[in-house]
Amino acid sequence: MVELYILLVFMILGAVVAIEVKDLLSSVVAVGAVGLGLSIVFLVLKAPDVAITQLVVEILCLIILIRATLKKDLPFSTSGRWLFNTLVICVFITIFLFAAIKCLKDLPEFGHPIMRVASTYLEEGLKKTGATNLVSSVILDYRAYDTLGEATILFTAVIGVLAIVRRIGRKKVTDEDTEVKENE
Amino acid sequence: MSREHEKGMSLIVKTITRLTVGLIFLYGVYIVLHGHVSPGGGFAGGVIIALSFIHLMLAYGKEAAFKKLSKAKASFFESAGAILFLTIAILGFRAGYFFLNFLSKGEPFRLFSAGTIPCGNVAISLKVGAGLFAIFTALVLLKINSEKK
Repeated sequence: MVELYILLVFMILGAVVAIEVKDLLSSVVAVGAVGLGLSIVFLVLKAPDVAITQLVVEILCLIILIRATLKKDLPFSTSGRWLFNTLVICVFITIFLFAAIKCLKDLPEFGHPIMRVASTYLEEGLKKTGATNLVSSVILDYRAYDTLGEATILFTAVIGVLAIVRRIGRKKVTDEDTEVKENE
Repeated sequence: MSREHEKGMSLIVKTITRLTVGLIFLYGVYIVLHGHVSPGGGFAGGVIIALSFIHLMLAYGKEAAFKKLSKAKASFFESAGAILFLTIAILGFRAGYFFLNFLSKGEPFRLFSAGTIPCGNVAISLKVGAGLFAIFTALVLLKINSEKK
């Protein structure tokens, strides 16, 4: 449990650094440190599937973020109504913490889940599906509907990105645009 | 910046990429195929496969990466993965109910076991790998074009 708290403090510090640092590239690196800490937390909690996925997706997101932020001086708005903003944030955090204390009291203790459905999977999963990795037997056999929905979401997201970014539908074709087309 | 995209990075990066990118791709395929035996699965393996192509594109420029996996091929593989996954579901429906595990289970800890679960892993990895590569190329090419103006 101690290493878990150390990692949590590390992640919170990384998130604060990512918000407060003025340089965008350093901020992206801090976000990457938070993701790495989260991946190690999953490993400590004995969830290697989620740890692998978290690490790999984090790397992909970092590459895209670095490509998007490198050599680009985006302005930071540090001036303005900071007193009003800070007050609003404090009020909302207080409301959220109060609601969390009220609502999360009835949840089972950390590390002692109820395991009403999951115990059935643990006992009969190997016999019924033949897969020794029970996570994959759940996501592709017992709960395959969820995976179908997730696949549909990803498909729609890819189609959406390609439809927004494609060159055919864009308006305002200037001379520079035609040059770019000829170069490619 | 945009010239770096066309030609790739330095000689050191290119040499190390040439040595490692095939291993990264094979590791992705391994994680996909052993998704029902060991940790991993279709999503993680698919992202690793996409990362190997992105690695190639970052080191060698976009032409070398498009020679291996062009945009049309990427969208073909993505659609093929989606249709393959739906086909597995409908074949199960023909045998009984939706997503029925209709193939034989085999014995545990073998590569060819667990019925339709490895097929689903392969379909999802095709979808995720090609889809993420397509998203990455779309965003990067958009950025290059906006920098050229």
